[in-house]
Amino acid sequence: MTLALPPRAVRPPAPAPPSAGLHATARIVARADAAGATRLPVLDGDGPLALRRIRAGAGQARVCVVSAMSAPLGGDRLALEATAEAGTALHVTAAAATVALPGRTGETATYDVRLTVGEGARLDWLPEPLISARGSDLRMTTTVELAPTARLVLREEQVLGRSGEETGALRSRLIVRRAGRTLLDQETAYGPGGPGWDTSAVLDGNRALGQLLVVGPEFEDGPAEVRLLGGAPEGQPGDGPGQGVLAPLAGPGALATAVAPDALRLRRLLDEAARAVTG
Amino acid sequence: MSRAALLVLADGRFPAGGHAHSGGAEPAVAAGRIKDAATLERFCRGRLHTAGLVAAALAAAAAAGCDPLLLDDAADARTPVPALRQVARRLGRQMMRAARATWPDPALDALAAARPRGAHQPVVLGLAARSAGLAPLDAAYAVAYESISGPATATVRLLSLDPFDATAVLAHLAADVDLVARQAAAAAERVATEGIDALPAASAPLLDITAQAHAAWPVRLFAS
Repeated sequence: MTLALPPRAVRPPAPAPPSAGLHATARIVARADAAGATRLPVLDGDGPLALRRIRAGAGQARVCVVSAMSAPLGGDRLALEATAEAGTALHVTAAAATVALPGRTGETATYDVRLTVGEGARLDWLPEPLISARGSDLRMTTTVELAPTARLVLREEQVLGRSGEETGALRSRLIVRRAGRTLLDQETAYGPGGPGWDTSAVLDGNRALGQLLVVGPEFEDGPAEVRLLGGAPEGQPGDGPGQGVLAPLAGPGALATAVAPDALRLRRLLDEAARAVTG
Repeated sequence: MSRAALLVLADGRFPAGGHAHSGGAEPAVAAGRIKDAATLERFCRGRLHTAGLVAAALAAAAAAGCDPLLLDDAADARTPVPALRQVARRLGRQMMRAARATWPDPALDALAAARPRGAHQPVVLGLAARSAGLAPLDAAYAVAYESISGPATATVRLLSLDPFDATAVLAHLAADVDLVARQAAAAAERVATEGIDALPAASAPLLDITAQAHAAWPVRLFAS
């Protein structure tokens, strides 16, 4: 005889829990005052993104992004918006590297950076590296809108794993529009779930990669000269200085792309590009 | 539609000049990153999922009827080094000549007139596929496959790799080509609702860096 078991209660699917992570949007607005100096009428940190005004040179405002806690963690929804209005000069740095860490739920974290630079304004966006820790899953987007006479210096560095660690999943997209047209659109996808990333066509074992983008109307008169970075054109073993190239974009800008075994060597390559392009 | 047209378009003997290009294999061989069939396969897998995906999606979008000039601009934005932009336009010009002779179409004439120095090759190929009555997915397949068959064929010459081994590499990557072609066609379909940003922009830093370095070599076997 078989024992009839009562049908198992069919439990309705639990409603999707609200994202366990933080939701935070920090905002910076730079505005020119009557005397032409750059003021910061909006300097609103939020959640883990604390903003500090730091001493600046003539006519320029400087802000340092200070991480007030560990973030982004899985499930976090972070955003950072900066606007350099017409005629301003805004320089943004960070106090430390950003480390993407796994959350409790394994959810993807997002970090959206939205930058706007007005007519005659200049934005220097020079954060510290983004480090993808093992088990983390971060989707980063950086969107830049430039007026025709805007100038931009933007550095982006990614480090795949802390020292001796496997990388987490890191997807990052950088879209730069100038006068409504897309000047640059680059996406990277590294770590678990990103097919083909750990190959000799993409990184060849390097664990740090970055870009330095310089855009400005001066490139309409003459494009940047191509320059190979690192002084070692080919065939470097994984322990070499890394390699990179500085080259003109199709529009008025120059982009340095570099890969290196670690963040220190990557920064050297990007600094070399910065010296070459800004003189 | 004629499926045979896809065979014509994807045939390595289609007179569009691709045989003169290694798709980054020449600098990779010189650097020791490609040294046998296994390392060729890794290189090809990386190229397929980055440059191959981007090119396949541009071709699928052109085949789907997106404005080829917008796609040409999108290709520029996704090609950060001038060496690869020049190669893409040179190959595009050659593809245009072959395509206009093979599948005459006013849309090809219009693009040729608007971009006399050549449009990006995948855009031209996608438009040619459309002229041949092929579907966006077909164009994506042709370009995705080409993104690995080029380096594989070049490596046979560069390394004296056994052609059987090179062909086996392509066969091993068949599932990846399927995946990339489907992703590309799906992205192209989203352009109608989401705009051109729906197209992938996957970058391969080393392909960009080494292509620009390779363009300055005084002596090379392949143009790129």
